[in-house]
Amino acid sequence: MQQEDTVRLIEDWTKTHGRTRDRLLPLLHMLQEEIGFIDDAAIPAIAKNLNLSRADVHGVVTFYHDFRRAPAGRHVVKFCRAESCQARGAAAMEKAAAERLGVPMGETRPDGQVTLEPIYCLGLCAIGPNALVDGRPVARIDTAALERIAQEIAA
Amino acid sequence: MTRVYISRDMASVALGADDVARAFEAAGCEVVRTGSRGLFSIEPLVEVENEGQRIGFGPVGPADVATVLDGSHKARLGNVADLPFFAGQQRFTFARCGIIDPLSLQDYAEHDGWRGLDAARAMPPQAVVDAVKASGLRGRGGAGFPTGVKWQTVLEAASDAKFIVCNADEGDSGTFADRMLMEGDPFCLIEGMAIAGHAVGAGHGYIYIRSEYPFAIAAMQEAIALSAARIAPFTLEVRVGAGAYVCGEETALLDSIEGKRGQVRAKPPLPALQGLFGQPTVINNVLSLAAVPFILAEGAEAYATIGFGRSRGTMPVQLAGNVKHGGLYEIGFGITLGELVNAIGGGTASGRPVRAVQVGGPLGAYFPPGMFDLPFDYEAFAQAGGLIGHAGITVFDDSVDMAHMARFAMEFCAVESCGKCTPCRIGSTRGVEVMDRIIAARDSAPAVPAERHWEGYLQKALHSRTPDRIDTGLEAQTTLLRDLCDTMKYGSLCALGGFTPYPVLSALDHFPEDFGAPAPIKEAAE
Repeated sequence: MQQEDTVRLIEDWTKTHGRTRDRLLPLLHMLQEEIGFIDDAAIPAIAKNLNLSRADVHGVVTFYHDFRRAPAGRHVVKFCRAESCQARGAAAMEKAAAERLGVPMGETRPDGQVTLEPIYCLGLCAIGPNALVDGRPVARIDTAALERIAQEIAA
Repeated sequence: MTRVYISRDMASVALGADDVARAFEAAGCEVVRTGSRGLFSIEPLVEVENEGQRIGFGPVGPADVATVLDGSHKARLGNVADLPFFAGQQRFTFARCGIIDPLSLQDYAEHDGWRGLDAARAMPPQAVVDAVKASGLRGRGGAGFPTGVKWQTVLEAASDAKFIVCNADEGDSGTFADRMLMEGDPFCLIEGMAIAGHAVGAGHGYIYIRSEYPFAIAAMQEAIALSAARIAPFTLEVRVGAGAYVCGEETALLDSIEGKRGQVRAKPPLPALQGLFGQPTVINNVLSLAAVPFILAEGAEAYATIGFGRSRGTMPVQLAGNVKHGGLYEIGFGITLGELVNAIGGGTASGRPVRAVQVGGPLGAYFPPGMFDLPFDYEAFAQAGGLIGHAGITVFDDSVDMAHMARFAMEFCAVESCGKCTPCRIGSTRGVEVMDRIIAARDSAPAVPAERHWEGYLQKALHSRTPDRIDTGLEAQTTLLRDLCDTMKYGSLCALGGFTPYPVLSALDHFPEDFGAPAPIKEAAE
């Protein structure tokens, strides 16, 4: 998306949703949904439209784990590493996932096909290990399930 | 046309419920998507309606349509409510969950919905607050503060604008009751918030839901739109979190709604007096607010008769982790930990012995089976060096390394710390380093050092700028760990830094053998 399109997106959104400070998180969510990440170049326009300082916006963007500052891979696998999944063998599956998908935890594969990220609890704690694969919940992940995920991502 | 009921809960979907639902639709059935009944070992669960009765089958796959419909499927469960897992429960808050279509106003009204709100609106606000006080309801988010007392403070605060905020940032591992309720009975939460609005004189409410719960966000948004006319003039909106665990802390949550970094505020002022946008604010957990419709509809007495000591009413307990029959079990306070884990949960899923359970999420203590006679009660748990928290119980089998779990607690705190106070921000990182040294020393089985003075250990263990002078021995590092936990516990601004010592120290105290120390002498089994 071109820079001017991003600016127009921000302006249009604030026109209908308001320019008060509490609109910042919903605006960032919208941008990430539309563009895939929060571009540093968009921060001045966000700040201007909500009447905040650029530093303030930067501080909020960098505080929350959800907001990306660079595009993710075409597929995103969020793998749970919280206690309940650990109790069901998630640590070993996480390692296997990183190997099978060919990308270390927290990184995007060089070919841009997949991003593997940690997530702390999806609330599916009795049926772990769990993951979100492109937003779809997957439970009881074992080697076979991992293989299906890998196939899906290769496609 | 045969009517079948299949859950749309995120957990059921993760286990394949969508595929099963499509298969039944293709076979010409009328499929009603409900919330989850709450027992995941029988999901995906299909209930077939037959002459007003529902016959359950589960777990069921998409290929099982024919055998389920002719009743010959081997996983036939009969009436699901009669299964031992459900027959023993006291479902006050989750009475409708898994039974009704969560987004049908008609279903909700037919199953006692809105009775609490109608009763509340026929009463003056003070009478509503009095009823909540009389019920003995305490904050279900973990702190256990009396809900009625909080509401009284907001009612008495003079202001034109007051707010009701629902904390649905259920970040604790091992807990999913908020998620299940929002997906399975969202109108119940809406009704509870509307009652709170009437009770304290607030016109608008926010539900702050974590972004990890996409199904709950969608269900709540749809339910709010559907019920807007029913709860008017009270209005509601959903705010979505952005992956910060600390936003489950009430003041960080308020800052997050305001569009700021989710950093903890110092108290006082209390949110009840200066909360959201500086205005008097009721901030309650999902389960606290969802308990209110029952209290108003059935009377405070009906709620308060159930319970144990000063913990009144029911608690939706969540059995999670390595447990055979995991799920949601709502029961009056007073049931023992052992009954929950062994009798109801059926022990571990792996079939190995239970070694530890963590109660209350990442900030809760680890308990060994030797403490399973502990009754589920706020005070009893506090006395035992732990907390109920949001009533999630995570079960671990004997393959768990408790030193590793203690390290994880510190690591999690370091990842999620908001950074405002030093004990939490720095202490957690130092804690990971100390745990690494303990694990390294344990694994290399060092010689036992000669007797030295206590302060001397701390001194030497602290020489972080001259690594070669650090005493990396077990004894010195364990002493340092205890000292660090002490600082975090008493010096942190909120529960994140303040409670991280619970899992760390409980692991150290109850499982010293994993920290390279001699095992405690086991008490003889009965």
